[in-house]
Amino acid sequence: MRLLSPRIAQKVAMVVLTLSALVVVLPIVCIIVYIFIKGFPAISWAFLTEMPTNGMHSGGIFPAIVGTMYLVTGAILISLPFGIMSAIYLTEYARKNIFTRLVQMAIINLAGVPSIVFGLFGLGLFVILLNFGTSMVAGSLTLSLMILPVIISATEEALSAVPKEFREASLALGATKWQTIWNIVLPSALPGILTGAILGIGRAAGETAPILLTAAAFYLPHLPRSIFDQVMALPYHLYVISTQIPGLNANIQYGTALVLIVIVLGMTLVAIIIRWRFRRKKAW
Amino acid sequence: MTQKIFKRIQEFIIERIILLSGAMMIILVALIFAFLIKDSASLFRTINFFDFFLGKNWYPISDPAQFGILPLFLGSLLITLGAIVISVPLGIACAIYIKEVAPRAVGEVLKPIIELLAAIPSVVLGFIGVITIVPFVKNVFNLSTGLTAMTGSIMLAFMAIPAIVSLTEDALNTVPSTLKEASYALGATKWQTIVKVVVPAASSGIIAAVMLGFGRIMGETMAVMMVTGNAAVLPTSFLQPVRTMTATIAAEMGDTVHYSDHYFALFAIGAVLFTTTFIINQVGDFLIRRIKK
Repeated sequence: MRLLSPRIAQKVAMVVLTLSALVVVLPIVCIIVYIFIKGFPAISWAFLTEMPTNGMHSGGIFPAIVGTMYLVTGAILISLPFGIMSAIYLTEYARKNIFTRLVQMAIINLAGVPSIVFGLFGLGLFVILLNFGTSMVAGSLTLSLMILPVIISATEEALSAVPKEFREASLALGATKWQTIWNIVLPSALPGILTGAILGIGRAAGETAPILLTAAAFYLPHLPRSIFDQVMALPYHLYVISTQIPGLNANIQYGTALVLIVIVLGMTLVAIIIRWRFRRKKAW
Repeated sequence: MTQKIFKRIQEFIIERIILLSGAMMIILVALIFAFLIKDSASLFRTINFFDFFLGKNWYPISDPAQFGILPLFLGSLLITLGAIVISVPLGIACAIYIKEVAPRAVGEVLKPIIELLAAIPSVVLGFIGVITIVPFVKNVFNLSTGLTAMTGSIMLAFMAIPAIVSLTEDALNTVPSTLKEASYALGATKWQTIVKVVVPAASSGIIAAVMLGFGRIMGETMAVMMVTGNAAVLPTSFLQPVRTMTATIAAEMGDTVHYSDHYFALFAIGAVLFTTTFIINQVGDFLIRRIKK
């Protein structure tokens, strides 16, 4: 005896599946819309360009925005060359051997290491052992390690999408392997690499845990003057003003969250658009 | 002639540099592990190994200090299991809906929205959690505080869903359409086909999705620190404040003296986290590779 006939089971199941998709997607839309609505009134030119005043109870978030920009620029400058080279190794040079397998395992593991563990490592190596102190340079280095897997996997994907014939044609004309990679493969893969870099920037801009132990300052009355100074950063600032300071005007919290989300989602959106245009325009 | 030799030397050097940057990834992971192990080892010079792993008290600043990570480990485990129970069925159902049920256009809209969720910084989700899920849990269960393990589980379930959905989708994509067609031809309904043909065929990919979701949840720090109340006690219920391993490191490292026992103990927690996520990720990756073959 069956509890439900197959037809009814089918109907019930489809309703349940549709509902679960709604349960997942609706909150996402709500969160983003909610932050936009609540945060928008707080945004003004002064909010974006002034220092926090009165124990962060008023004023702007300028140093946090600038700090995040510094940290992220440093991180991408460090990780982009290494990430691209590792991806070139994996797609163009690697043979099927144990070394290659180990490199792949390392990258997968790097992608899965909890962000706070990166923070610990950055603290132990950059801040203490290399004596950079709690500083921008230690924070950028730590973030750069974290976004390496993002850049590597995007670059790998872009490089392997370049047709084999391109390489063969170049080699047949007498170009060396590196000339082929430099003049033919990399330019064709550029949009894909760019996508990876932008996704990496977005990821680095939103992370709190790695900079918590290596770079971030609770409050600084001035902008950082050298790469060995501490910085304020947007995600850490949001953490501070939403948990550490009681009785704060909620407007400032929503405004900060909005600025952070616009930067991060803006980056992601740009990356998605580049990828989409690239796929459409591909000449091969 | 000399130009040709020059070119060859150039080629050789570039090849070595590229090989080296590949090797750097291995060195990096080894270095992270070495750092965690080195500093954990310093702890075990003064603290008994078993007192650390099985100790029921985490009193890092009392005198004498006690570094038992059992409450933190169980806190992480409890929240993770709760999150898995919520996110796995939802994530899998959502992926099945996108791949097998929804019209193509709907799927194309839903996918980037879920991708956006993965991009929202965890501190923003934590902030939203504090003003939405925390009061919700508090009111529904009539508690004195909404900062509980359950709150953390709901928060983390939500954060793990994008990874579970996209990996499950990949797994569903590998199921050949001929299998489905054969099932339809035998008169099975769509639902019967999904349950009896598609899901079993994609099962190892789905298991990989669950594993990687598990790793993601275990390592999450900021959001979980903001919504779970951070009480380092042995958890007895879902509706009490707990503290995870990740939150402990993030919350306490700022106040430690470098190279003190407390500092080393936090590194030892880092080593436990690293080892756990390492194993989970390798098993997940192994499963994914097996399907691709």
